[in-house]
Amino acid sequence: MDSELQAAALAIETEKLNLWYGTFQALYDVDLQIKRGRITSMIGPSGCGKTTFLRSVNRINERLGYVRTMGSIRVLGHDIYRPEVDLGQVRKQVGMVFQRPNPLPLSIRENVIFGYRLAMGQQKVSPAERDEIVEKALRQVLLWDTVKDRLGRPAIGLSLEEQQKLCIARLLPVKPAVLLMDEPCSALDPKGTEAVEELIWELRGEYTILIVTHNMAQARRASEECIFMLLGKVIEHTPTEEIFVTPENQETADYIEGRYG
Amino acid sequence: MDKAVQVLVFVGGVSAIVFIIGIFVFITKEGLPFLLGRFDVAEFFTSPRWRPTSEHNPTYGALALIAGTASVTGLAMLVAVPFSLGAAIYIGEFATGKTREALKVLVELLAAIPSVVWGFIGLSIMNPLIIKTFNVPVGLNVLNAGFILGLMAAPIMTTIAEDALKAVPDTYREAAEAMGATRWQVIFRVVIPAAKNGLVAAVLLGVGRGFGETMAVLMASGHSINLPTSIFDSVRALTATIAAELGETAVGSDHYRALFTLGIFLFLITFIINLTADLVVRGIRKK
Repeated sequence: MDSELQAAALAIETEKLNLWYGTFQALYDVDLQIKRGRITSMIGPSGCGKTTFLRSVNRINERLGYVRTMGSIRVLGHDIYRPEVDLGQVRKQVGMVFQRPNPLPLSIRENVIFGYRLAMGQQKVSPAERDEIVEKALRQVLLWDTVKDRLGRPAIGLSLEEQQKLCIARLLPVKPAVLLMDEPCSALDPKGTEAVEELIWELRGEYTILIVTHNMAQARRASEECIFMLLGKVIEHTPTEEIFVTPENQETADYIEGRYG
Repeated sequence: MDKAVQVLVFVGGVSAIVFIIGIFVFITKEGLPFLLGRFDVAEFFTSPRWRPTSEHNPTYGALALIAGTASVTGLAMLVAVPFSLGAAIYIGEFATGKTREALKVLVELLAAIPSVVWGFIGLSIMNPLIIKTFNVPVGLNVLNAGFILGLMAAPIMTTIAEDALKAVPDTYREAAEAMGATRWQVIFRVVIPAAKNGLVAAVLLGVGRGFGETMAVLMASGHSINLPTSIFDSVRALTATIAAELGETAVGSDHYRALFTLGIFLFLITFIINLTADLVVRGIRKK
């Protein structure tokens, strides 16, 4: 009973997660428990494995043929690395936002509905249903008023900030549980960063958000829990306010104070 | 020294333009007296009677020749489009490492087979095969020439189509896959729409190749003047007509000049097709 309750409170749970790119080991025995409905940020110097970890949670890592993963990752209690697991299902449940906004070369409307169409398979989506879903998703990312008159225009024509919001919006129609964000603001200007951060803050509670960032200030103001990684290992995982005020480890303290990284 | 190289490179660069203008001027000059004199537009485009050697009443209807070229090219595209797009998708999206490199080299090798060899295959392998399989009297026909021409055009179309697929940024594929798309969904819903212009250009260049091909079509089509009603009819192509007859005509005769008029016509068609392909590649047709 206890473990079930615990599982319900956890969105992502990893056990002895080890990962190799060819012969290079990028993750060492990563054990993490990421709470449901919270925003958790991952910090650490370049190459510490935080992006690798993120990309293994929806198995997009496997696009590279030479990745080998050991251990387990459970999303809402289900091991996503079991052989019978449907990749499409995993990726529906665990959406991903990339460093550079990457809208598809389609209209704004078709970008938002793309994932939903995939999830529906052979079933057709009626125009009325489509419009409703598109509006709802765009409203959730605070983009509806800006783009409602040009839904048929190519998404590439939007500003970077708008593109990134669109990339978040297109994940929502399939009702994901987890949103992975890989430095979602690094391509944006300060104003865009602020807007997207605000949006991420708005989405907490409804979605579990795991965000990789290089920006210490961003981790501090836009996350509730914080994970510090170094050389493929998890060094520390505590509530954000604690990690920045009273870090437990010397390495964490050094990194936060900017002595390396 | 630098100066000399510069001049050499410049001459090389402009020579293409000089040559193409030179060729156009030459065929126009040879064909023009016919175009301005004996030539009858209505006859040329609507009469299937190409009888330039008739003693009393020579006629110059090119309809059968145009139909011959068009039917062979059309069938060739039916063969080549699925083949080449399939090959391009496999090489570009599925094959990796050594398989991919080997396939690319093989496809390029296939493009280098001389057309007379293809004609020979049409004549000595396809011909008896068609006669036996379909129980028809003649195996040199639209089917034979179209099939051979399709195989000839496929490699170059494959190469261009694969370039078009490769030009689609990988971030698109990653984005779609991260949303749960399978490989085929990525290909059909993202990659092919994004590469549309390049793929259309590949097909157009294949059509241009079909219109211009001479030797293989001459050998495999039966070379008889006919308005084809089925793929088992023998036909004659514009190019093959020029190749077969030019050597037999008196320089300056109506027949000689009529053949050059066919040449002008062919030149214009292939020029327009290639130009269209080029414009499509540059995306000028994009809204």
